[in-house]
Amino acid sequence: MANTKTAVPFSGTKEQEARLLKLIEEHKDQKGALMPVLQGAQEIYGYLPIEVQEIVSKGLGIPLEEIYGVATFYSQFTLNPKGQYKISVCLGTACYVKGSGDIFNKLSEKLGIKSGGCTPDGKFSLDACRCIGACGLAPVMTINDEVYGRLTVDDLDDILSKYGA
Amino acid sequence: MEMVNIKINGMPLSVPKGSTILEAARQAGIQIPTLCYLKDINAIGACRICVVEVKGARSLVAACVYPVAEGMEITTNSKRVFEARKTTLELILSTHKKECLSCVRADNCELQALCHDFKVDDENKYAGFNPTYPVDDTAVHMFRDDNKCILCRRCVAACAKWQGIGVIGPNERGFNTHIGCAFDQNLDEVACVSCGQCIVVCPTGAIAEKDQTQQIWDALGDPTKHVIVQTAPSIRATLGEAFGYPVGTNVTGKMVAALRRIGFEKVFDTDLAADMTIVEEAHEFVERVQNGGVLPMITSCSPGWVKYCEHYYPDMIPNLSTCKSPQQMFGATVKTWYAQKMGWDPKDVYVVGVMPCTAKKFEVQREDEDAAGVPDVDVSITTRELARMINRAGILFKDLPDEEFDNPLGESTGAAVIFGATGGVMEAALRTAAEWVGGKPLESVDFKEVRGTDGVKEATYQVGDLTVNVAVASGLANARTVLERVRRGEANYHFIEIMACPGGCVNGGGQPVQPASVRNFIDLKSLRAKALYDADVSKQYRKSHENPSLLKIYEEFFGEFGSHKAHNILHTSYQKRNPF
Repeated sequence: MANTKTAVPFSGTKEQEARLLKLIEEHKDQKGALMPVLQGAQEIYGYLPIEVQEIVSKGLGIPLEEIYGVATFYSQFTLNPKGQYKISVCLGTACYVKGSGDIFNKLSEKLGIKSGGCTPDGKFSLDACRCIGACGLAPVMTINDEVYGRLTVDDLDDILSKYGA
Repeated sequence: MEMVNIKINGMPLSVPKGSTILEAARQAGIQIPTLCYLKDINAIGACRICVVEVKGARSLVAACVYPVAEGMEITTNSKRVFEARKTTLELILSTHKKECLSCVRADNCELQALCHDFKVDDENKYAGFNPTYPVDDTAVHMFRDDNKCILCRRCVAACAKWQGIGVIGPNERGFNTHIGCAFDQNLDEVACVSCGQCIVVCPTGAIAEKDQTQQIWDALGDPTKHVIVQTAPSIRATLGEAFGYPVGTNVTGKMVAALRRIGFEKVFDTDLAADMTIVEEAHEFVERVQNGGVLPMITSCSPGWVKYCEHYYPDMIPNLSTCKSPQQMFGATVKTWYAQKMGWDPKDVYVVGVMPCTAKKFEVQREDEDAAGVPDVDVSITTRELARMINRAGILFKDLPDEEFDNPLGESTGAAVIFGATGGVMEAALRTAAEWVGGKPLESVDFKEVRGTDGVKEATYQVGDLTVNVAVASGLANARTVLERVRRGEANYHFIEIMACPGGCVNGGGQPVQPASVRNFIDLKSLRAKALYDADVSKQYRKSHENPSLLKIYEEFFGEFGSHKAHNILHTSYQKRNPF
């Protein structure tokens, strides 16, 4: 397997670490402490990079690999931060038959990231989503709160350039 | 013991309450096949190979985890059971890299054996999309090939439960589940201690040592090289298993004969260096006690334990004895004293270690293990690799005569031979230290309290006017228990022996692989250890400091035990490593 460490440099603060350590302290001696601690950690940092998982491992005395196994088992956890601009491509049925798969693949290729990934500069993150209720505009994607519909792959350069890509 | 009455395949049977169907069937002389089940550490009922019929049950049940109950009627050999097992095997094969001819486990693969037993006739019955994984061959001692992994998690359990480490585990979920390290890093990037316990429990060829036998054949073919071999204490007690001898057969004589026929110029015994380790370590211990040095002193013969200490207990590095392991002391002595004596350039001397251990492969390339300016040991192979060399050379092991080690580096004591079992190093050290401190010969050389396969053993001995508290731990999870006691100040030990593998070297990660069907029902550790304790009793000398060859080497070369020269050549240093 490819190394799944995120390409985005870690920028956690002392304040975030203090919150995480407090959380660990609260759960430390509980059975099944790992889930609530990981959920809390993701709330604090937005994602679970190796730096955060190492703090949890040390704090709870659980091997890092076990934590990583849990973090990759449940879809609620993410190893990558969300970008400044969160791109979400609808792969619901209507969008998909209208070619949103191609849109998604093209974005993935242009940004050099996979589903769930974030560009190393922290600017763009890419996710696939299910129906957002705009089937009339299929294929659809959103960038933060902006909706883009009736897309073709040729539209993508123009759209991305608006965000400084 | 409360018993329950059951029927297996119509035969009435009385078995202890709480037994699993698997255990009960074994009593009736029936072996139910297993893949994922490993006694004590991996009872997860995941692989479904052990399914059997229980009268009245809704579906087939997993015998490895299903407890028997009064009146239970079990069928282990019905058409329904056989078909279910066969389908399971076919499904496992659908994602298995089937390169069975060249696979390292070609002759003892548990999956292949089951496919034969259940007459799987189409390996590609459920052909479909297969995930492919790169082989992780970054570690010095082993590789992992997820393409041959059947997700039984025996390796995961060995790492987490026996060793308390857990650097490998299941990542992702569903069809994407694969065994790997955190963040899918390579093994050389994580805090793996190289013990190899994952290898000896793997049912297939998904995990194996890095075979280095070709390097040895190349050296043997090089006329400029003096190729010397040394065998660790425990090899004589386990090598026979690779040639059909019962577990626990001592095959010293045939092993020596085979090595000579492979073409080694000298066939020596690591046991001599084990005696050397004892005199150096006992000297160091007495010195620490008398001069207020760091205590407890902890043994350093087990390279898996040493690496564990460096990763997980770096604050205890000062407690580690500075003695090199016997393998390294042996190599250092051969390339200094012996090379000088023979008029050889150390560069032309090629030292091979045959070890029960994969961490020894890591050890040979550690820093500060090069007394003569070249590595003390050139290559370290496992018992399994030696068996492969013997087979490749066409040597009929069972037909060999018994031969003796070459001298002078082939003479050893009973204290050295028990090094291969948990408690052995402690007992050997006590035999010497007690006599030195006490100033008179011991009445009995037996320190029985530190023998046996318990994970943690404690004892207190009166050595002269000194009360010595000792602890012995094998398996790194047990080591952690002992070290935490020391950290919390709950125990006042003076001397601790730690071996990385449960039961010590006899159960090392480099030993012959025994299938779970054997492991789950006999105690490999104690049977193999018995061969060593029997050998101890039969030895002329049973205390390391009485080994005549050893005394001669000190007289000619090192001088006093613990001399400056001995320190330069026979001792080493350690480094802090990342805990993740």
